Amino acid sequence: MKRKIYLTLAMACNMTVAAPIFANPVTDNETVRTFFADVFPELALDSYVDGVYAIDENAREQWLQIEEFPPYEDAIDEGKILFDTPFLNGKSYASCFDNEGISIKQNYPYFDQEKNKVVTLELAINECRTDNGEQPLNYGKGPMAYISSYMASTSSGELINVKVPDNAAALAAYEDGKEFFYSRRGQLNMACATCHMANAGKRLRADTLSPALGHATHFPAYRFKWDDVGTIQRRYAGCNAQIRSKPFKLQSEQYRNLEYFHTYMSNGLPINGPGSRK
Amino acid sequence: MKVKAKVKNDKVKVKLLVKHPMDTGLQKDKNGGDLIPAKYIQELTCVYNNKTVFLGAFGRAVSKDPYLAFSFSGGKKGDTLSLKWIDNMGDTEEVEAVIK
Repeated sequence: MKRKIYLTLAMACNMTVAAPIFANPVTDNETVRTFFADVFPELALDSYVDGVYAIDENAREQWLQIEEFPPYEDAIDEGKILFDTPFLNGKSYASCFDNEGISIKQNYPYFDQEKNKVVTLELAINECRTDNGEQPLNYGKGPMAYISSYMASTSSGELINVKVPDNAAALAAYEDGKEFFYSRRGQLNMACATCHMANAGKRLRADTLSPALGHATHFPAYRFKWDDVGTIQRRYAGCNAQIRSKPFKLQSEQYRNLEYFHTYMSNGLPINGPGSRK
Repeated sequence: MKVKAKVKNDKVKVKLLVKHPMDTGLQKDKNGGDLIPAKYIQELTCVYNNKTVFLGAFGRAVSKDPYLAFSFSGGKKGDTLSLKWIDNMGDTEEVEAVIK
């Protein structure tokens, strides 16, 4: 009799738990952090900004030596010059952004309710240019990456604060990015989550896979592979190409929504960009 | 060349990063045709108090933007080091750094 009651109770509990809970951005982040705390029990939350260098001691040693002469320094200097140089019409980037464009990166991407789309920092930089009669810049590398690097450097230490307002369109964009992150694609049939969630900390040939938590904090990044600084979406395109999935256009809706979700994941972590990575 | 020099217990530790393509002369250019001419540092020296405290004979095997670290004794805080490299094309760069 007692056993029967116990079983019924257990079933009832299971059924309550199994009932679909509508996942929202806040609970998503909790789930992700709980997951990673399990994988890396010794790792403090703020350490995630260092990516693989927080979990691979040997790599960290080499990286710290390299950081004596940070390879992204020139990009920041170049970016500052570009940022400070006025457009032909006399206006400057400062006029397009809050706080004159200084220390604002932690608020990007954001969902623009009027334009009904996710606005990333790079998108906003080009919109500033075209609004002022200038040609748009290539989104992956070059001047765009330098300007974005400079702007990121002015936000150093500021906590990521991406907002997903409680409206259907913004939530849909967030969910779209989330779906992209977890969807398998390409000839190798892998999702972002395959490497950066399920297998974070494990080796992929000669590399250690970094956890997705903390990724967004250190972009734009100088990658030794690129011998150059590049934006986060440059990396998205590269990652997709590596799993033999045709990359989307930089700043396409897919990548902007992905960046929205991906950056939201690192809310509360300090901006650490631009960073240097393998 | 970016240089950092720090003294501790009479030993000066010098770290530097040289910006140099270090082209071997064996690589073809992006258009798949011509060889990129060799341009690599052959000698890098560090002089302190008129004495050469470091001499490196580099070659084409050293990679782009060489990073180098070495130490020597007898240096004092506030003194100046002079670093210079010469490459196979005859180009040179000379930089001074203060020991901190």
